[in-house]
Amino acid sequence: MSLARAIETGDVAEVPSRRDEDWRWTDLAGLVRAIPPRSPEADAAILSDGPFADGADFEIVFLNGRSRQVGPVRVDAGERRTVALRFVSRATATAHLSELAIEVAPRGVLVLLESYEGEGRSYLADAQIAIRLGEGARIERIVIVDEAADAIAVSTAEVDLGARARFAQTVLSRGARRQRFETHIRHGEHAEVRLDGVYLLDGDRRADLTSEVLHGHPNAVTVQLTKGCVRDQARGVFQGRIIVARGADGADARMGHHALILSGRAEVDAKPELEIYADDVACSHGNTVGALDEETLFYLRQRGLPDAEARAVLTEAFVGEVVDRIEHEAARDVARAWVTAHLRVQA
Amino acid sequence: MLSINDLHVRVGEAEIIKGLSLELPAGEVHAVMGPNGAGKSTLAYALAGRPGYEITHGSAIYDGEDLLALAPEERAARGVFLSFQYPLELPGVPGLTFLRTALNAQRKARGEDEVSAPEFLRLARSNAEALRIDFDMLRRPLNVGFSGGEKKRMEILQMALFAPRLLILDETDSGLDIDALKVVAQGVNGMRANERAMLVITHYQRLLDYIRPDRVHVLAGGRIAASGGPELAHELEREGYDKYSKAAA
Repeated sequence: MSLARAIETGDVAEVPSRRDEDWRWTDLAGLVRAIPPRSPEADAAILSDGPFADGADFEIVFLNGRSRQVGPVRVDAGERRTVALRFVSRATATAHLSELAIEVAPRGVLVLLESYEGEGRSYLADAQIAIRLGEGARIERIVIVDEAADAIAVSTAEVDLGARARFAQTVLSRGARRQRFETHIRHGEHAEVRLDGVYLLDGDRRADLTSEVLHGHPNAVTVQLTKGCVRDQARGVFQGRIIVARGADGADARMGHHALILSGRAEVDAKPELEIYADDVACSHGNTVGALDEETLFYLRQRGLPDAEARAVLTEAFVGEVVDRIEHEAARDVARAWVTAHLRVQA
Repeated sequence: MLSINDLHVRVGEAEIIKGLSLELPAGEVHAVMGPNGAGKSTLAYALAGRPGYEITHGSAIYDGEDLLALAPEERAARGVFLSFQYPLELPGVPGLTFLRTALNAQRKARGEDEVSAPEFLRLARSNAEALRIDFDMLRRPLNVGFSGGEKKRMEILQMALFAPRLLILDETDSGLDIDALKVVAQGVNGMRANERAMLVITHYQRLLDYIRPDRVHVLAGGRIAASGGPELAHELEREGYDKYSKAAA
């Protein structure tokens, strides 16, 4: 079952439901009674700038699932590229699918500036990306998810790492009616993964950050940090699974998920899982869900910050730890501004 | 400047301040001394407006205005500054960012222009120097990993920057060695001025060797049990709080 198959075949029985354990907190079947028609072609000539408009040397746009990009995006051996990848949904009550392959040859370096831009309403959108990194290749992927509030959107990436490859990812999402961002990673030997996320949700928005990292070779490293802030009736979901296979000795995996609940009716569901079948490993996970500290809040107000501003400063600092880990400087600035803008709106 | 009349404060189910009255004129420094549990910190928090500190009776008039009707940030903008016994740590918030945000929030609330970035840096640098604070410390998250003395110096730095008119120092001497205490006291004494009043809350007389009060009040059982000149502090040091505690109980 997947949303992609459901859109492809028009078969509503393919829509993921809570009967599937991995989808129990993001039940789409209850919301999608029938698969809507395919989204029409939209005019690419009237495209506004994406969030990463500056800084990329190449831009790929999927508009309602259609793109001029034919075949995989390639980065040659030893080459460095910065690519903006945009999924724009300009559709109302229709459905579309996007698919892309990315191949980075040995020692190639790619900065992938990815964005999901919802310009329509009530659409169904699915994106699938297959990423391969050759030996010693590197990718830093920074993703901003700005879907329409009433959209249902799923993005799935399958990432294969060669030996000594490095994959770093930061996802920033403000959710949608249902919005799921899924990352599946297969490690190479001595490979490194950083898998980070931020979700800032208000209103009725929901976001689901789900990942699975397989340590199938020895001496690979995974660090993962996700932070979220939810208010109103919003709901955040974090599912992180790290599997260390038999023989993948020397694995080093650290997972953290921390969330702030900023109002009584908001909710966060978290499921960190470590499945370890090797002997010589260092694995840990930490998970906390709480509220802003009242005494700290009072301290800021005593120094003159109005309540809403004090809360914004504290939540910004809370998720700032994740944003600071973005290595690409311009992307880090964009991410920081995005966080500030959304927290101030919420306040 | 500050006139407290028959103040009663409840925290949760317990009434902690039970009919406290106190006059603090501009230009004066008053010490409030008392044993543990007398309500010293409760008085400080109530005057600063901490949520959960419920005023059940009485008044506090500050510059002719009902202080207790104002939000904490409104009190701050009018010049009320509480130096915390245990200043809070702000992970992820650089000291300079915090100072500038707070200063500008206060100025904005008073209808004044915000301080520009270069002007602010100049101001922060000169004040830090006077308090012997390494400027690089201000680039780090506020108070995170700082020693007790460093945290108190950051409080004094904020005081100097914000130039408040009513200073409430809650157990400023706690956790300080004698050298740190001298630096902090020097900073506080530098703030003494005709248009400014200070309420120095302390358990020990030691602090008052360095910050000389005009008046000393003994807080026991939630109200002022005795008031006098600086000599009262020495008497308390010799004889303890016993007779006031017993009388209050």
